[in-house]
Amino acid sequence: MVIAMLDRKLIRDLLRMWLQVLAIAMVMACGVATIIIAVGALRTLEDTRDAFYDRYRFGTVFASLVRAPLHLREQLARIPGINGVETRIARAVLLDVPGMREPATGLAVSIPDIGELSVNSLYIRAGRLPDPDRVGEVAVNEQFAKAHRMVPGSTFEGVINGSKRLLTVTGIVLSPEYVYTLGPGDLVPDQRRFGVMFMPRRQLAGMFDMTGAFNDLTLRTQRGADLAAVISAVDTILAPYGGTGARDRDDQISHAFLDSELSQLRGMVTIVPPIFLFVAAFLVNMILSRLITLEREQVGLLKALGFSALAVAWHYAKLVIVVALLGTAIGGAVGAWVAPMLAQVYGEFYYFPFLVLRPAPDLYLTAATVTSLAALAGAGKALWNVLSLPAAVAMQPPAPTRYRKLFHRPADAHRFFSQLTTMALRGMIRHPVRSLLTTFSTAISLSLIVTALFTFDSIEAMIDIIYFRTERQDATLAFGQEQSPAVLQSVGRLPGVLRAEPMRSVPVVLRNEHVERRLTVSAWTEGADLSQILATDLTPVQPAPTGLMISDRVASILGLSIGDLAEVELLEKEGRIEWVPVTGVFQSYIGMSVFMSDEALTRLVGDGPRVTGARLAVDAAQVDDLYDVLKSTPAIAAISLMTVSRERFREQVAQNVTMMTWIYSGLAIIITFGVIYNTARIQLSERARELASLRVLGFTRGEVYRVLLVELAVVALAAQPVGWGLGYLFCWAVVEGFDTDLFRIPFVIEQSTFGIGSGLVLAVVVVTGLVIRRRVARLDLISVLKTRE
Amino acid sequence: MSQPIFSAHDVSKVYRSGEVEVWALRGVDLDLFEGEMAVLLGPSGSGKSTLLNIMGGLDRASAGTVRFADQELTDYPDSRLTRFRRDHVGFVFQFYNLIPSLTAWENVALVTEISRDPMPPEEALSLVGLDKRMDHFPSQLSGGEQQRVAIARAIAKRPQVLLCDEPTGALDSKTGILVLEALDRINREFGTTTAVITHNAGIREIAHRVFTFQDGGITQMHVNERRIRPQDVVW
Repeated sequence: MVIAMLDRKLIRDLLRMWLQVLAIAMVMACGVATIIIAVGALRTLEDTRDAFYDRYRFGTVFASLVRAPLHLREQLARIPGINGVETRIARAVLLDVPGMREPATGLAVSIPDIGELSVNSLYIRAGRLPDPDRVGEVAVNEQFAKAHRMVPGSTFEGVINGSKRLLTVTGIVLSPEYVYTLGPGDLVPDQRRFGVMFMPRRQLAGMFDMTGAFNDLTLRTQRGADLAAVISAVDTILAPYGGTGARDRDDQISHAFLDSELSQLRGMVTIVPPIFLFVAAFLVNMILSRLITLEREQVGLLKALGFSALAVAWHYAKLVIVVALLGTAIGGAVGAWVAPMLAQVYGEFYYFPFLVLRPAPDLYLTAATVTSLAALAGAGKALWNVLSLPAAVAMQPPAPTRYRKLFHRPADAHRFFSQLTTMALRGMIRHPVRSLLTTFSTAISLSLIVTALFTFDSIEAMIDIIYFRTERQDATLAFGQEQSPAVLQSVGRLPGVLRAEPMRSVPVVLRNEHVERRLTVSAWTEGADLSQILATDLTPVQPAPTGLMISDRVASILGLSIGDLAEVELLEKEGRIEWVPVTGVFQSYIGMSVFMSDEALTRLVGDGPRVTGARLAVDAAQVDDLYDVLKSTPAIAAISLMTVSRERFREQVAQNVTMMTWIYSGLAIIITFGVIYNTARIQLSERARELASLRVLGFTRGEVYRVLLVELAVVALAAQPVGWGLGYLFCWAVVEGFDTDLFRIPFVIEQSTFGIGSGLVLAVVVVTGLVIRRRVARLDLISVLKTRE
Repeated sequence: MSQPIFSAHDVSKVYRSGEVEVWALRGVDLDLFEGEMAVLLGPSGSGKSTLLNIMGGLDRASAGTVRFADQELTDYPDSRLTRFRRDHVGFVFQFYNLIPSLTAWENVALVTEISRDPMPPEEALSLVGLDKRMDHFPSQLSGGEQQRVAIARAIAKRPQVLLCDEPTGALDSKTGILVLEALDRINREFGTTTAVITHNAGIREIAHRVFTFQDGGITQMHVNERRIRPQDVVW
């Protein structure tokens, strides 16, 4: 094969500049890899979710109620736009699983005795569905089964409606309704402590005395149905039966969490790749401009020899395209390797029955095109210079660079800086755009690390606020039904219980003009210590004797502030409506909380004092005894253990954040090295002559090296405050992005986060400086004196 | 003339590139005496620059010895050669080699900052007649002015030797003479040993001695009975 002479030049240029080329290609590769990994994962998740939802008929409307006759089903099915109705029994139960000390919480959900589920069908991973004629058969969700190594035939015990029963696993299943499982009172899924059990309606109805009745509803609507109208119709039908208000998918826990995960991925896809492409374009601009300056005479010569301007420009454009393709190849390879692993991780975290992985040649093509375009955009000015430079002018040396004085009188500058420092600083001022972009790109690296580490600070702050300052109890009990406050005395006598405080929550719809939210109002008891309410400045506060104390989230969503009257619809009291003033606002990161003093709540509901659960402080030494008793206490429907849940939360967050930190730090290192190394190399190239002159004049290698270091140091130091600022902005954007009705994260960045970020970036600068040092040592003192500038 | 300050003995320089050997110098002997003005003449590639670079500590001989005063330079490591250049040698090159981002004054101050007993930059610049152009950047000066800044920079450290490689090579006759006058003045007033490489045979008459180079060796040494003034040089 004959290689055109210009292409030979291209190959040799590439080989000569290999480390610079590689540094830029790596930055591009990061952009490409993030496109392929994040878009790939996003597509896989979206496709998988959609396929699972579609094939297994995931519901679109969900409602719970106290008890309603089964014949309502026909009435519900007649609501316009409905194409599937499931009237179910769903009850929380305590579980005693072999090999586990503490009690687990199970959600028992009924399935039809005959025929298939018309909404939320089950995917059977192993075994079979339970036989409606056999007592104690259950199918459990795969998450729970895996956590306990259950197989068809395994047994465990459940406290169902007051009596302990042996349950036998017949099947392991997955449901579109429980892709993400969250136990009551938990912040992150704990598959060991929360399981969903599917039981035939006949069996469950017998156990809970629900024959001919249901207390939970899911509907599937036709595409394009008016959801608001359906929800309103459902609410009307269920109102007499203690309906607590129908919800759409947005308020369905599993869907909402999955959705927030997808939004985060989408955010990553829109923010991260453009950063890399921008930095890559800047680097291409820097090295190509320098190459063309160095080869100015060659450009003129080629044109003089009869090459067209376009042919010469194309020669340099090819260099850029080769770098872009190299970046795409590296990024593509990394992407192809990591994307399926990430999809696997998601698959395991979310428990889909299958993963829809489709080949994505278009992604690679898009990545290659976008990267090449970004690189060519970066090269634009340099290529234009090649096109527009007349041959005769190109063969003349360029006009000398104009420098500006730092001070009016040189003697003044002399007082502040040595001549070597002056040289370095004037060099930077001479190329302000380049200096600014170098600083900015380095700052971006720093901000990426800050953003990764910040999550840790924020979550630690959240753990501190939630587990040590607001929810300070060791365990929370939820009773199956409302109880008289006297029950607390019995709870207080349980082994190891040091303190028991009452809980009461009442489901309501809170409304202000046209905005409304379904939430629960919790009672706050005078002198309660295990649970605290924190003001927006995080000091403990108490609700006023009257009125509502609402969280900042509720206040902002409903547009309520202190002194406003809010409309409270009591869902368990036939939708009775009361107007209650807002008397306080507090800080909360989870859910949509509202408090009232217990007297005020009792007055509002009007049926005397009641409790729905209890918060406990427990003596750690007796916790096992407590667990044993709880496991066989009929009145308790669910238990959440704060210590376990805190550890689980920390573990999971630490895992995610550590991975994120590694990834972002790696990306930041690549950007920093790419930017700093190329800057240093170009400086060295531009200054080779004057640096060699300095050596000739008797300056040592170290002194000459310092001229380069001054510029790198100024860039690195100037990048610090900018990087902190950018990092602060990114973190703020993350906090905003997480801001949902389900949970929010506090905006806390520790000083150490800025410190670690700075340390890492500066370390990369130092290492880059050392790489450059070798080149300073190799400066050719003689040849440089023989040539004109 | 007194003691030789520079003494090159049997100096050879071979450049190897793969199998090919190029002899730049073949056993050259040369002594330079204190206060002497020497001119090194010869065509391109005759070895004069190579010898000057070796004597100035920019390059190393492949064989032979080079002494400066009582120092044997031959085996000096890079750091001692750097020290030697810094303390004793002033260089002037054909293309001036000024730092473009520093003004005339700063270019001179660059060297005085690291010298033991320098003259003030203003003094060095006024010796070459540039006291009015101190605040100008190289790009704002003519070629002759730039070369005079380079000379001011070279002499500001009060070196014992001034090594000039084609100092007038890039200049026209009028500015070339101004540069030679500056060199001549330094040599006469400070007694600085000066070696000037040139292609221009007309310059030979300003020297005490003239060495002619050919094919890596000195073919002729001529002592001028009478030195002429630079302004009398026929270009």
